[in-house]
Amino acid sequence: MSLVDEDTPTAAPQPPIRKEQTGFAKFAADYAESPTAVIALISCVLILLAAIFAPYVTPQDPYDLANLDLMDSRLEPGEVGMTGMVHWLGTDGQGRDLFSAIIYGLRISLGVGVVAGVVALTVGTIVGLTAAFFGGRVDTIIMRLVEFQLSFPAILIALIMLAVLGQGVDKIIIALVAVQWAYFARTVRSAALVERRREYIDAARCLGLSRSRIMFGHLMPNCIAPLIVVATVQVANAIALEATLSFLGLGMPVTQPSLGLLIANGFEYVLSGRYWISTYPGIALLITIVSINLVGDRIRDVLNPRLDT
Amino acid sequence: MSGVTPPALEVTNLRTHFFTKAGVVKAVDDVSFRVAPGEIMGLVGESGSGKTVTGFSILGLVDPPGRIVEGSIRVQGDEIVGLPASEIQAIRGRRVAMIFQDPMMTLNPVLRVDTQMTEAIHAHESVSRKAATARALEALNKVGIPAAEERLRAHPHQLSGGMRQRVAIAIALLNRPAVIIADEPTTALDVTIQGQILAEIRSLAAEFGTAIVWVTHDLSVVAGLADHISVMYAGRIVERGSVDDVLDRPVHPYTRGLLDSVPQIGQTRGRLQQFPGMTPSLLNLPKGCPVQPRCNRATELCRLTPELTEHSPNHYARCHHPLGQPAQMAEPSELET
Repeated sequence: MSLVDEDTPTAAPQPPIRKEQTGFAKFAADYAESPTAVIALISCVLILLAAIFAPYVTPQDPYDLANLDLMDSRLEPGEVGMTGMVHWLGTDGQGRDLFSAIIYGLRISLGVGVVAGVVALTVGTIVGLTAAFFGGRVDTIIMRLVEFQLSFPAILIALIMLAVLGQGVDKIIIALVAVQWAYFARTVRSAALVERRREYIDAARCLGLSRSRIMFGHLMPNCIAPLIVVATVQVANAIALEATLSFLGLGMPVTQPSLGLLIANGFEYVLSGRYWISTYPGIALLITIVSINLVGDRIRDVLNPRLDT
Repeated sequence: MSGVTPPALEVTNLRTHFFTKAGVVKAVDDVSFRVAPGEIMGLVGESGSGKTVTGFSILGLVDPPGRIVEGSIRVQGDEIVGLPASEIQAIRGRRVAMIFQDPMMTLNPVLRVDTQMTEAIHAHESVSRKAATARALEALNKVGIPAAEERLRAHPHQLSGGMRQRVAIAIALLNRPAVIIADEPTTALDVTIQGQILAEIRSLAAEFGTAIVWVTHDLSVVAGLADHISVMYAGRIVERGSVDDVLDRPVHPYTRGLLDSVPQIGQTRGRLQQFPGMTPSLLNLPKGCPVQPRCNRATELCRLTPELTEHSPNHYARCHHPLGQPAQMAEPSELET
């Protein structure tokens, strides 16, 4: 079992406690065994950095209407605009530099996806833990609600919510959380149901600890591993769903185009041969989602080969 | 035992039943015993005899569909059956503590030892973190953990099984409880470590005046450790008395059977005696004495439930045909009825 095996209280020289070698280093080594996953991780990091430092890496602020020149609209990739700027990915119908618009769009898409993912994670964790910890009727009611929620297509729920709430970043996050909390709740519950029956929970009860202390201090930390995986996959899903909603014109306002809206804006030009306005944001979206999913899958494989999402 | 100080733990006519769909499971049925401060009582029985449920009842940890339907549990004279959950929670860990069977499972794998120990103190007292850590350190030293300061910062998986059980015992001792329920705490350990832990528990019980209920199926452990023994079968105590009385002069055929199934050093030939049969399902108990289908002394009379009767001072058994007197002796009474 462990290397520390001296049980004689009188043992004079104390061998040091075995140092933690199974921690992050081992995890990183396991992760790196898949080259695809490493490339995906690098791509994720680059996308994240580009999104965070968007004002510094883009040649133009696509949200500043004073910067845009309609004479520059629908330039082909590589063409030089009125200001002498080279538009490597071309421009859209409003004369926005597409490269800049994509980076800013990524910023919004990632931001919305991560915030929605984190909020859904929090809500889902609390709900799932409550269901598993209290069991019985509480569990039944919560899980029927989760199943009810999961039986509707995500896009339908989001569309209805946005139709009711209206447009805006906050509204879209609310809609995404409403769609996603159920996945987290279900995952946490299944993990917590297993952990709850372990003796250390009984032992914690025997100490006279309060219920909330046991739930959040003892039960929750043991249910986190499967959640990390679901969280990464759900962030990717949130980005895709946000893009879908924006594409349908229900997401972000036109002045702050996310990737989905950029694709929608260019859609009408595709048939007239101006393929780049839709295609490049589409490729950016594709790379983002595939990278996040690959990273999530790899983490799952490394952390827990038994888990199914 | 004395008239002035109440026993540390007094259980009277305790009945804990589980109301399942298949019927009522009488996991604990009319169990009574008392343990004085500093005493160790062995609660012996086969799997499913209700010994663990008895322990959980004392801690108020019986979950639905189970509940205590009748009886009284007094800790230092204070009744705890029927108390509201918040008051039971205040008693748990402070006046009654528990040590579990498997030290691999009883410590939370993600929390450090010091977190788990100070938490147990903070659940009942508001002391500074420094003071709590000092007490945790002291407790670890008490149970003979070397390099205790280093162990405090360790995670459970960095400790061996014996070490973890010592930590679990230290946690149980933190709040100086009056009663400790020990649910087979040495079963999962190898024999040498078992011996050390038993010796330490005994000296700690004597030092702090802690009453210990030692739940086990291992008679050899109890023989060297306990002052009194209660033998449980199918939710009832079938024999109760001092260690010497029960082990050397058992009255109940079931106790005799248990003792015969322990191999003896020096016994070189012959097959090991075995108590025939299995523990009956608690849903489908035989009428009358629950032992009767497995008992070679059973007669018609055993269809009636025997009462716990005193056979010698403080030595009780629940049997119509106790050992030590010929089996036929009891039969005239049957003819009379």
